Amino acid sequence: MATTPVTSTPIDAPKPAAKTNRIGLQVLDYRGGKTTLCAGCGHNAISERIIDAFYEMGVQPERVMKLSGIGCSSKSPAYFMSRSHSFNSVHGRMPSVATGALLANRTMKALGVSGDGDTASIGIGQFIHLMRRNIPIIYIIEDNGVYGLTKGQFSATADIGSKLKTGVVNDLPPIDTCALAIQLGATFVGRSFSGDKKQLLAMLKAAIAHNGTVVLDVISPCVTFNDHEGSTKSYKYMQEHEEAISEVGFVPHFQEIDVEYDPGTTINVEMHDGSHLRLRKLHEDFDPTDRVAAVSALMTAHSQEEVLTGIFYVDTKKPSFTEMLNLVDEPLGTLPDERVRPSRAVLDDVMHRLM
Amino acid sequence: MATENVALAAGAEGGTLVTPDTQQQTSQVNVVNDFSIQIATVNGSGSQSANSVLLKSIFRMGVPVSGKNLFPSNIAGLPTWYTIRASKDGYVARKKEIDILIAMNPETAKEDMHSLPSGAAAIYEESADLRQFRDDVACYPVPFDKLTAAVCPEAKLRKLVKNMIYVGVAAQILKMDMTAVEAALRKQFARKVKAADLNWAAVQAGYDYASTTFTKNDPFVLEAMNSTEGKIIIDGNAAAALGCIFAGCTVAMWYPITPSSSLVENFIDLAKRYRIEEDGKATFAVVQAEDELAAIGAVLGAGWAGARAMTATSGPGISLMAEFTGLGYYAELPGVIFDVQRTGPSTGMPTRNQQCDLLSVAFLSHGDTKHVMLIPGSVKECYEMAMAAFDLAEQLQTPVFVMSDLDLGMNNWMSEPFTYPDKPLNRGKVLSAEDLTRLGGFARYKDVDGDGIGYRTLPGTDHPLAAYFTRGTGHNEKAQYSERPDDYYNNMERLSKKFETARSLVPRPEVVQTGKSKIGLIAFGTSDFATLECRDQLNKEYGLDTDYLRLRAYPFSREVHEFVASHERVYVIEQNRDAQMLSLLKLDLQAEEIVKLRSIRHFNGLPIDARSVTDDLVTQEGI
Ligand SMILES: Cc1ncc(C[n+]2csc(CCOP(=O)(O)OP(=O)(O)O)c2C)c(N)n1
Ligand code: SF4
Ligand SMILES: [Mg+2]
Repeated sequence: MATTPVTSTPIDAPKPAAKTNRIGLQVLDYRGGKTTLCAGCGHNAISERIIDAFYEMGVQPERVMKLSGIGCSSKSPAYFMSRSHSFNSVHGRMPSVATGALLANRTMKALGVSGDGDTASIGIGQFIHLMRRNIPIIYIIEDNGVYGLTKGQFSATADIGSKLKTGVVNDLPPIDTCALAIQLGATFVGRSFSGDKKQLLAMLKAAIAHNGTVVLDVISPCVTFNDHEGSTKSYKYMQEHEEAISEVGFVPHFQEIDVEYDPGTTINVEMHDGSHLRLRKLHEDFDPTDRVAAVSALMTAHSQEEVLTGIFYVDTKKPSFTEMLNLVDEPLGTLPDERVRPSRAVLDDVMHRLM
Repeated sequence: MATENVALAAGAEGGTLVTPDTQQQTSQVNVVNDFSIQIATVNGSGSQSANSVLLKSIFRMGVPVSGKNLFPSNIAGLPTWYTIRASKDGYVARKKEIDILIAMNPETAKEDMHSLPSGAAAIYEESADLRQFRDDVACYPVPFDKLTAAVCPEAKLRKLVKNMIYVGVAAQILKMDMTAVEAALRKQFARKVKAADLNWAAVQAGYDYASTTFTKNDPFVLEAMNSTEGKIIIDGNAAAALGCIFAGCTVAMWYPITPSSSLVENFIDLAKRYRIEEDGKATFAVVQAEDELAAIGAVLGAGWAGARAMTATSGPGISLMAEFTGLGYYAELPGVIFDVQRTGPSTGMPTRNQQCDLLSVAFLSHGDTKHVMLIPGSVKECYEMAMAAFDLAEQLQTPVFVMSDLDLGMNNWMSEPFTYPDKPLNRGKVLSAEDLTRLGGFARYKDVDGDGIGYRTLPGTDHPLAAYFTRGTGHNEKAQYSERPDDYYNNMERLSKKFETARSLVPRPEVVQTGKSKIGLIAFGTSDFATLECRDQLNKEYGLDTDYLRLRAYPFSREVHEFVASHERVYVIEQNRDAQMLSLLKLDLQAEEIVKLRSIRHFNGLPIDARSVTDDLVTQEGI
């Protein structure tokens, strides 16, 4: 046969260089397993934004630990950042697991993923104490107003008057996890919507820059059980009722600050790692350092049937729990024997005092 | 042992009656270094220091001694008893009979008096006039308030100082060595010289009053021995805390509950002293949790992330830890849980002793779970088993329970000094980044070594293949999500194999076997002390020889089967109603072994005593 030269595919033709972040990783390096959640579930969109945020911030995935409780939302850490250790724990009690893990290794970045059922009902006690301690963790509540995984019962964040598909009406008031967080000591508190890509991404990046408890309540519609007419956690309801308190801009520490801002309309917050948070006021009295004003804005929004989003409160000064404990710099978990087991002389001394 | 029948001096109803020396010598045989003292007080009256001085004075005289606090769940105002047992033979179990009563609580004085055997002695507040109730007890009435006022001008200190008066009175009556008493007292008040002087004055006032007022009218005396030289006195919780320190425990998360709180409090004190580095930074973190759900969650989270973590609790806390413990078992997370057992629910007798969480802990949680339990039988073992527990938890990658109890944990015990660990910490199978590069990856739940234990990695390991996803069951060898029947089955079988591995790693039982006796005794934890004494009673009083196996861990090792197999009848001695240890044994033994088991149970809230065990056994044997 004639040796027809194979059409030209030069062996080392340069592939278009894959895009990488500042530590040389591709977005692929931040992906996880294939999602098993329902198509269109808000939780999937949040997973995507988490991938983007960690990629864009250039965080080494091995330096992150993902922790979750139980629920559709709590399953989602399996669907992003496979190169990070992950712990799918028990219902409502991820905060304690995270606390222990951070005590063992305070050099890690902790990302907690929970649901509204996981956080506001069975887990409310641990949630409260996590915030009170200002444990350094990004705590995301994927909030759909129902228990997705147990097939759509109301959760404690469901709005009064909200209706299930079956026609059952919720007649108890919702717990506002953000108001609670502001009161109880979380140092970075905001609400967003899984459908608001730009705002959620900016908030997540700022959360990564923060040191202390970040509480992000992200409205995340459950397409299977709570996305119908009469639900206050549906895509449609959010599109109609979302009201941003500010426009969230974020300039990471590794980027030049080239954008001028007007201090009259924009509040600049310098973050722990040198990044800058730029909050352009959309509400006149907005002040993210004033707890009372923040809670008041939330309450006002409720009474006007608005879902207020944005960053409500930031405190970059309060020490995190692991800082307060004055621990050695290295992770406690892997200190060598000689630093955790006192000498023979110490035992002799103790014994002598007991004689 | 102690109550040799002692006739009281004729006509002597009370110590104030002067009896000629000669008469005393002819009518009384001294009982030397072998009796019990019970101090009846009201809780909140500050008698602990006085009781401790009394105990340690006896210790300093070289006489084997033990002390027990029998107290109510209350801060002030309810009756409390402290018992001290001096025993030249070294018996440390509670002695059923009380030989010397110090009745400081008017509320219970009459009943306390009535509980004494004939020939006992009683020291009490003069105005109580207890003599009217018993003419067969040697009575030593003392005007406590008057004596206290004379040595303690400051009225608000009198309540405390009053207790030292009875130390002096008892010291005189028991013919104690006053240099030992003073040394014990001065050590007790260590740096507080003024307090030491004041209290010593009170002891002397009591002593002087007794020597000028009473003629000894009871047989009990203390004589110096040298059986305590080089020994220490410590409670089990402090000993366990020391074990945690030397085990390199770095994280403790706890929620206070009697009788476990002092374990963590001791750990905090010790850690502040010995685990702060030169720059002032700590190599430990202790956090008081919001509840036991959080305490165990943090322990498992810390264990997952590589720390040696512990918590300490008691029955009610164990119940709250149930769900997480199951996750710990299935997800294979190390952690150490001290269960300082007590009697049942909080609204019950939470400050009384029992060995009553064995069944609930062995199978704590949902699904097929079984847990490793270490069972210390002395303060020394509290120390050693605390260390062993951390090694085992990391070796086996599972929660490990240390089953202490109130009696062991909160009471003072004499012991040989503890020895420094001779092996480095065993941190189990953990892969480093270099290991991963060499191996080209790993499968978290694969049984590479045939012992049922996989290799794990810690968060923060700097290698792209280090991470894995931790969940309960529902995973394959590679920790990937799976609901396949074979994956679940194989994983559960591997967990069983791991438990078999535990069988060979846990502390072995202690066996005393002559090969001649048909009867075997099995006991564990604080039932050991009464069992040892019971064996001597059976031997001396009934000529009955018994063999003895002291359990030290669950799962049971091979020796337990051999012991049961080689005896006709085996008595399992324990402090609970439902024969919990016997039930656990039944699950492990063969039918022909099970029929040999008999049960002796003690569960009235008081620590078990030898006499009760002996009587029960003799009845069952039909002797
Ligand atoms: C102790 C315990 N009780 C109940 C359950 C059952 N359960 C599983 S998920 C869930 C609710 C989850 O709701 P949410 O946190 O809102 O998550 P979503 O599925 O809506 O994302 C419940 C009640 C459980 N797993 N554990
Ligand atoms: S049931 Fe609801 S919450 Fe769960 S995956 Fe489906 S859409 Fe999401
Ligand atoms: Mg939900």
